[in-house]
Amino acid sequence: MKSITGARTGTGSWLLQRATAVLLAFALPGLLIYVLAALPLDFAGWQALFAPQAVRVLLLLTAVALALHAWVGMRDIFMDYVRHTGLRLSLYLVVIVVLAGSVAWLVATLWRAT
Amino acid sequence: MKPSARPVYLDLRRIHLPLPGWVSILHRVSGAVLFLALPLGVWALSVSLADEAGFQRLAVGEAHPLVRLLLLGLIWAGAHHLLAGVRHLALDADWGGGLRHARQSSLIVLLAGGLVALLAAWRLFA
Repeated sequence: MKSITGARTGTGSWLLQRATAVLLAFALPGLLIYVLAALPLDFAGWQALFAPQAVRVLLLLTAVALALHAWVGMRDIFMDYVRHTGLRLSLYLVVIVVLAGSVAWLVATLWRAT
Repeated sequence: MKPSARPVYLDLRRIHLPLPGWVSILHRVSGAVLFLALPLGVWALSVSLADEAGFQRLAVGEAHPLVRLLLLGLIWAGAHHLLAGVRHLALDADWGGGLRHARQSSLIVLLAGGLVALLAAWRLFA
């Protein structure tokens, strides 16, 4: 019978982890510099920073990459330390809810005004 | 047949990690910390972009010493995770895998992460 907890070889996850890592290593410092270079800001300036559609799309893409990266990483941690299958699967579920919820919340935040 | 008795070092005080081991476990710890910080960051962005009052509330909150300490911890976690991650990518590409180079790059990653945290502490608290 196929195991419900480890049917794949892991090569796909391994590659996904590396690909998103490279993307994040460029995108996150880039976004950080974009924000830090504009400081100090008042409320209007802060809003204007996230007004351009390109910034929102880039931020969303970065967040999706971050969510995928964090998913593989957190799953690795739980695979290593949580031996109880039921507990481990429950923790996976919590991680998925937190990550998917964060991305959805970010979308709602960035496109609230438009 | 039971295997012959061998030492199992589960006592944390008896486990001595080499430098690359410290980089590795701290990469893991910082990753988990950053995962926890993600919803916090989205919350802060949401509140700060919602209206003027929310923006001011966060601006005032950011000045609190405990919040700045949390911020400092997250900055270190981000810096260490990025640097250790780049090191792991280099190792994946078969670069710097020798014992001497692995130790040197571990020391560089640990020191550089600490330096970033030190600079951040200076900006946040001085």
